Order: sequence, then C-alpha cells, then structure tokens
Amino acid sequence: MAQLNLLHAINSALDIAMAENERTVCFGEDVGHFGGVFRATSGLQEKYGKARCFNTPLVEQGIIGFANGLAAQGSVAIAEIQFADYIFPAFDQIVNEAAKFRYRTGNEFNVGKLTIRTPYGGGIAGGLYHSQSPEAYFAHTPGLKVVIPRNPYQAKGLLLASIRDDNPVIFFEPKRLYRASVGEVPEEDYQLPLGKAEVVQTGTDITLLAWGAQMEIIEKAAQMASNDGISCEVIDLRTILPWDIETISRSVMKTGRLLISQEAPLTAGFASEIAATIQNECFLHLESPIARVCGLDTPYPLALEKEYVSDHLKVYEAIKKTVNF
Amino acid sequence: MSTELYNDGPVVHKPTFIDGHSVEIPELRILQQDGTTYPNADLPDIDQTLAIKIYHTFAFHRVFDERMVASQRQGRLSFYMTALGEEAASVGGAAGLQPQDMIMMQYREQGALMFRGFSLKNFMNQLFSNADDLGKGRQMPIHYGSKELNCMTVSSTLATQIPQATGYAYGQKLQGLDAVTICYFGEGAASEGDFHAGLNMAAVQEVPVIFFCRNNGYAISTPADEQFRGNGIASRGVGYGIKTIRIDGNDILAVLKATQIARAYAVKEHKPVLIEAMSYRLGAHSTSDDPSGYRTKEEEAKWQANDPILRMKNWLVKQNWWDEAQETALFEKLREEILAAVKVAEVIDKPHIDTMITDVYDVPSAQLQAQLDEVKAHINKYPEAYPFTAGKF
Repeated sequence: MAQLNLLHAINSALDIAMAENERTVCFGEDVGHFGGVFRATSGLQEKYGKARCFNTPLVEQGIIGFANGLAAQGSVAIAEIQFADYIFPAFDQIVNEAAKFRYRTGNEFNVGKLTIRTPYGGGIAGGLYHSQSPEAYFAHTPGLKVVIPRNPYQAKGLLLASIRDDNPVIFFEPKRLYRASVGEVPEEDYQLPLGKAEVVQTGTDITLLAWGAQMEIIEKAAQMASNDGISCEVIDLRTILPWDIETISRSVMKTGRLLISQEAPLTAGFASEIAATIQNECFLHLESPIARVCGLDTPYPLALEKEYVSDHLKVYEAIKKTVNF
Repeated sequence: MSTELYNDGPVVHKPTFIDGHSVEIPELRILQQDGTTYPNADLPDIDQTLAIKIYHTFAFHRVFDERMVASQRQGRLSFYMTALGEEAASVGGAAGLQPQDMIMMQYREQGALMFRGFSLKNFMNQLFSNADDLGKGRQMPIHYGSKELNCMTVSSTLATQIPQATGYAYGQKLQGLDAVTICYFGEGAASEGDFHAGLNMAAVQEVPVIFFCRNNGYAISTPADEQFRGNGIASRGVGYGIKTIRIDGNDILAVLKATQIARAYAVKEHKPVLIEAMSYRLGAHSTSDDPSGYRTKEEEAKWQANDPILRMKNWLVKQNWWDEAQETALFEKLREEILAAVKVAEVIDKPHIDTMITDVYDVPSAQLQAQLDEVKAHINKYPEAYPFTAGKF
C-alpha cells in the first residue's frame, strides 16, 4: 500500500476508471494538460489523449449540459466543476435535467453514467466564493446521489463506486484535505458502498455524526470528551443522498443522544433533515434534544473564518451540553 | 495557442467600429409557393418515394394537430401544441438525416417523430398520460420520446437540450460512429445561456451536431424584435466560428438540402453546423394561448399564404406524383384513424401506482418504498378520493 494524499487518491481512481473503459471521459475548466487547478486530473491527458481528458470553455452550465448529453449517449462522463461555489450556473442542468432524466423519459434514456466532481468547503482562506458546502441544495433533489469522502482511502473507493453507479452522482471533495490528509491507499481497484454510513468509533453516551472534512473535527472532539469520561460513537455519513437512516437510528437508539456537525449554515442544512428523521425514528430513545453544530446563517467569512466554522471546541462544548441536558 | 487564431484583420490607426448588422446573411430558397423551383436552384437529393413519404408525414401532421386541438377543446385532452405552418422544419430535418442520427427536439417537432415512424398509438398514449405511455404518464402532453427511434424525450426546460446535443454528438464522434445529432430550438430559446454554452462548446470541441433554429417570430407572445437585436440567430453562429446557413423554413426542399449538406459536413469534418430556418408560428403557442391579444389577422394571413404543406403539394402535383383524388382519400383516412385512436387511448388506465417511485433511481431505495407504502395505506383508507388507483394494487 502506498501513502497517498487525497488528491493522489482521486487521481488514482480516475486513472483506473479511464483505463478500464475507453468511453470514460474527464473534462472541465483547466482539467486537460494542466491537470486541474488542484491537479486532480494530472497526467490523464498525457496517458489517455486529448479526446478523453480535456479543457472546456469557462461555462459550468455548458459543462454539465455537455456531460448530460454524453452520459445519455452511453459514455462515462466525469465532469469537474472547479469549485462547488461555482456549480450554481449548472443548477438547472443538474436539478432539472440530470436528476430527472430517467424518470421523465420513462427510462427510455438515463444519465446514470454521469459523475460530477467538485471541491467544497472552507479552511483555505477562500472567503465566501471558495468555501461553500452546498450539499443540502442537491440533497433536496430526488434522482441525485451525493457523496463526500473524509480521507484518501475513502476518496478512492467512493469515487470508483460513484463513477460505476448507474445514477448521476455529485462527488464533493474536501479541498482543505486535498494535501493535508495522507493515508494508506491500495494501488489496486476497490470500491466502498454508496448509501452506507461508517461507524468510525464505537461508544455508548452520544452519537457524533458528520461527513467530509468535519470528520476529523468530531474525532478530535470525541477524544477530548473521552478525557472527561464521555464515550462517543463517531459516524461518517459518507453518502448524503440517499442517506443511511438505519445505521444512524441504530446508533442513536443505543446512545440516546445525537450531535451533527456540518460546515454549511444552520438553517435547512442537511443536519436539519437528519434531526427531523431521527427524532421520528428514535423519539422514545432520546434523552436530550438533537444538537446541530453548524456555520452561522451568513455567507462564509474570510477574516473571521475560525470564529464561523464548526470546530472541535464548539463540538466539544455541544457534547457536554447534550450529555448534561 | 494564441490570439493568432482569430486576429486576422488589418491593423488600423483610426477607430473602426463594426456595425451589429454588418454581417450580411443570404437566405436559401429553392421552392416557390406555386410549386415551381427557382431557376438554377440546387435541388436536394430527393426521389418520388422520399417525396411521398414526406408529404404523407405532412398530411398526418396537419390532421393530427387539427384533431388534437379539437380534442382539447372538447375537454378530452388537457393540453396540446400544434406546429401549424412550421411542419417543414421538423419533417424536412428528419428527412435529411439517417435513422441512427439522434434527434433532440424542443417541443414543436412532432413532425420529426412522425417521419421516423413513432406510431399513432404511441402519440396518443403520451397525450393521454395512460399506462401504455413510453414516458409512463409523467410529463404533460407533447413530451414524446423514443430510444428505439433515436428521438430524445422532450423536456419542458427550454434550451437545456442544446449543450446536451453537443455532449451527445461528442460521444458519437468518440466512438467513431457514422452519426450526428440534430438539435432543435426556437429563436426565443436562443436567448438562454444554454444556447451560448452549447454552441461555443460544439465549436471548440469540434463535434458533429446540427443546431436547427426554428425562427418562427414569437416566443409565446414576445415577438422576435423584443427578443434580440443583430442579424437573427445565424449571425451568432458566425460569431462562434460555426458554419452557418439561413434558409426559408417553409420551403421543404431548402430544409432538406441544407440538412443533407450539414449532415455530410458534420460527419466528415466532425464540426457543428447552424441552420436558421425562417418561418412563422401560425397557430397559438399552445392550447393555453390566444394570439389575438398580441398580433393581427393581417400578419397571420400573410404567412398563411406561405403554407409549407400546400407549397410541397403544388410541387408534387407539377411532378405528376400527386393528385386531388389521392389528397382527399389520404386526409379522410387519416381523420378516421386519428379519431379512432383517441377513443382507444382515452379509456386506457392511468399508470400503476408503483410507477410513482420507479426510475427516480435505477432501483427504488427502501425509503422510497416505505413512502409509497404509506401512500397505498392512505388510499386504502379513502378509496373514493383516489379513483384512478384505489383497488388496483
């Protein structure tokens, strides 16, 4: 096994996907020879040619429109949106087109072979237009799958599963971890399941739930809490849509408490959906209100980023408050 | 790569502006309204068999539109859209292609489906959203589509098909297929961002797609002069570096000629073509629209005199390929067939309740199944409130 960072793990997954099927195509702004602004597609054009890995004009709605057509034709379309903050010009092509393609055509056509990769999240001094976590917008759209990995191993296995899944998938990559997160990653092909959360650490007093870059935050907070004698069960949701209600419910029935941490603003974030469902599933098992540690209901700040974002200290305080309710 | 790609004009030392209308665009006309062709006109590749097939499609189209509007007025159908006066664009486009070519429609191109052989039954099942509809009763009337016939299902979202056509054609090119994609849209949809995205990407990625603009003068009530300035839609093709032609959209021979040449070019060169067909939407936008509020009878009359179907008939008669007796018999037969098909389709059941959750994903999730089960339990409790589905699952 090699030690890879998250970018290299993604690059390795793309390499495998392109090698196994000559109809797999990667494209987006600066994705070609340059290898993407973060270098996720580095070396792919040299290896597979300009026809299969290329730059597109600077037009997100065009990139996803093109990707929809390409996937409908039967090619494997892997489109990159340079930053998740810039995905909104493509909102119509994602929400009205990709998500509804199979349904509206009665399964005459589908874009199951579409995967959209995009870096999301804060922590890179990116301000309001290079830091957003827009997963909840897409989680509100039946027909899409939304996947977010937490480390290099997860990134490779989940991306390969996303590319091969027969539904359109938005794959949000935690850009703060692109180079910061390094871990053991098998060189060979492997997949991790979509729609399945992973219990990262078992515990008995409270369930901590997050996804992507927030995972290391809640793991750190769980460590702090354990020094206080609080036993935390830590879960990575991994797939936001469709999400694994069963694993979360089972955990909360055991611990009686749930805390969800997300980077996105509080109101109508995906944590809200989880809270509503879990109170319904686990009402009689709950010993305290479900806690949400989130960003404020403001645009993502620049100078005050540290104060804004859900960090291990905010999560630690929320754990104590919930346990002592 | 550098700016040398496009910077080929002379260097000047006094300000020289280019007028927005300075691009002069010729309009191809081959057939005159009386059925004679213009002297020295280049005729398309057409024989009697193709000509009669086109004319049969025209007749079917005209009668179909007329009968379905009547059905809507009688309250049998919720909604309908005719393509009155514009039939040459869709039928001629399809006739200029091969069966393996993908057709991406906007919504007024039922003529293309008719030419490809989409059955009367399939049309009716879609219009009546019944259990036999290929689209499973999910989209409003006129949203037809068929994988078998390479006709992408219509979606209401305007212009989204344009960059999709670029992507579809890129896939065809990647596979080395002898196939192109034709993409229809109106001059109104050409204001959408997706138009610009799709054309620019097609030019840059060099894909075999034919962009076919039906410039019919109106986007619902908004006339073309409130939609755009500049020399129509064709001038934009020039701006994007796309081979472009403007044609008389009511001239079936011009449509056929332009499409045949465009296809040959797209397949050989792997490059896009833009065709702007000048026409007029003689009917209302849809059965929910009344054009008398925004245009005059005089204006309509001027275009009624340009009827593309009558123009083709005049040509066929001059070729001795068609006569009045055949005309009367064909139209009579079509009226009967269509009326009978309405009666069959309108009494077929609505789609089964289980189709509510299929095709959202490749396989319905346990959560979707649970949601459906909840609905079913509710229907069982109040069956009289849900007559289409109660007792049928």
